[in-house]
Amino acid sequence: MKKYTYTEKKDTRSGFGAGLLEAGKKNDQVVALCADLVGSLKMQDFINAFPERFIQVGIAEANMIGMAAGLTIGGKIPFTGTFANFSTGRVYDQIRQSVAYSDKNVKICASHAGLTLGEDGATHQILEDIGMMKMLPGMTVINPCDYNQTKAATMAIAEHEGPVYLRFGRPVVPIFTDPDQKFEIGKAWMVNEGADVSIFATGHLVWEAILAGEKLAEEGIDAEIINIHTIKPLDEEAVLKSAKKTGCVVTCEEHNRYGGLGESIAQLLSTHQPTPMEFVAVNDTFGESGTPAELMKKYGLDSSNIIDAVKKVMKRK
Amino acid sequence: MTLDNDDLKRMASQVRRDIVRMVYECQSGHPGGSLGCTDYLVALYFNIMKHDPSFNMDGIGEDLFFLSNGHISPVFYSVLARSGYFDKSELKTFRKLNSRLQGHPTTHEGLPGVRVASGSLGQGMSVAIGAALAKKLNNDDRLVFTLHGDGELQEGQNWEAAMFAPFNKVDNLICAIDVNGQQIDGPTDKVLGLLDLHQKFSAFGWEVMHMDGNEMDEVLRVIELAKTKTGQGKPIVILMKTEMGKGVDFMEGSHKWHGVAPNKEQLDAALAQLEETYGDY
Repeated sequence: MKKYTYTEKKDTRSGFGAGLLEAGKKNDQVVALCADLVGSLKMQDFINAFPERFIQVGIAEANMIGMAAGLTIGGKIPFTGTFANFSTGRVYDQIRQSVAYSDKNVKICASHAGLTLGEDGATHQILEDIGMMKMLPGMTVINPCDYNQTKAATMAIAEHEGPVYLRFGRPVVPIFTDPDQKFEIGKAWMVNEGADVSIFATGHLVWEAILAGEKLAEEGIDAEIINIHTIKPLDEEAVLKSAKKTGCVVTCEEHNRYGGLGESIAQLLSTHQPTPMEFVAVNDTFGESGTPAELMKKYGLDSSNIIDAVKKVMKRK
Repeated sequence: MTLDNDDLKRMASQVRRDIVRMVYECQSGHPGGSLGCTDYLVALYFNIMKHDPSFNMDGIGEDLFFLSNGHISPVFYSVLARSGYFDKSELKTFRKLNSRLQGHPTTHEGLPGVRVASGSLGQGMSVAIGAALAKKLNNDDRLVFTLHGDGELQEGQNWEAAMFAPFNKVDNLICAIDVNGQQIDGPTDKVLGLLDLHQKFSAFGWEVMHMDGNEMDEVLRVIELAKTKTGQGKPIVILMKTEMGKGVDFMEGSHKWHGVAPNKEQLDAALAQLEETYGDY
């Protein structure tokens, strides 16, 4: 098992804030909109640098998405910022008609996704957003795993033509990816090559997959770990190649088991090469208040759940 | 193409002919609101707006128009075709398979002149504000025009947008509300009354104007007056009184022609009332 260490923990939303500032420096067409969550979205550095390119919309997410669509008419590259719940479920029809169906170059940037939002509870813990966004034709869906990857992804989507959903989170998590990485949309990242099982993980679950891989290695199980940061378009070649090599698959995500990464991979594999699979995901339920760690444990999303899933799926080979 | 008064009236007659023929041919669509808003759209595209039918999505240096109540697509398509965005013969494909003229307007099929999809109501004002902000960022002093249904104002997103625009001094925006008092289920007063729209918009901080949207002379005069009020820190809304079905007597003033196609006899009767033409498609 390749060794991963970290010296610092940071929230992925700060990676977004840093990436937005860089994107703004690189391209003066980049503009940002926020629905009264500047601090949470870490947009203040962008605002300080480019006050004329920032639009405070107030608590009015539908209007924010519509205005973002309008700003593209005139060549702007708008980044919208609010919580994942208010970025998707609250404004699905605005995204569907004014952004996706209208082919608008809007970047929908969503923080506080999933259970790790924590104490605010289920009203804010969206676990359905990946599903909603990936169902929209033409929408790119990205869920990076740490600060560095989120920063790189934010800069990359500014250069990508077309609507994007960028999902990130609230808590501090280990920084273990390269600070100078080049983020390639749609290209999976090989975290660890292995032979016995393929673990496909996205977002905060990538670090849990690494922890699981280390423990599995101690037990003689050689896990291949692949980071699927881009859920759509899915890196089909990487998934098929790994699944063919190992013969069994575990998917890991901080999302409902319906509609997420696991479902996308299951559809791909069942079409091309049926492979035993297990899903580490929230089991079709809402979350609740608690600390991020407590919630990840209670809802079955930590490294021990990945280990259990690996052992279960390997018996089905 | 810029037309003046008599020619605008002739064009409005032609556009109305197009509307009833398009809706008749596919036996679906929304003739009522389309006929009511014909004079406004003809005035915009053939007199008021500076626009380029060779069509560039960004529209820099041009006035822009956004149709929020996308169900009145027949009038939009006719006006776009008649002002040169695409050949008028394409109007016969309206609502048919493989057409760029979808039931509700979309950019998705590449129809020149359409800058955003609309149909799911209440979204156009936000999009128009975004485009108006882009114009300000680009130091582009042209204007953004819109059209919204009155029933459409029951959608909450409009009021998010209505709150944003004055507070942020989006003063390069002229919105028109088609106050025909009708919606699918009946008169707006019966379905969900809009009460005093003047007071509502005024309280939100808009410059509020009024016009009879079916009197071409007044439409031209009021929009020109509205243009003189731009750049003064306030968005402008024109409460435009129209008659649903205007120009075809048996369709006038009733919600019953909101989304119903005429039969052959009704088509002939309608065309007989719309004599002036530039040549049917």
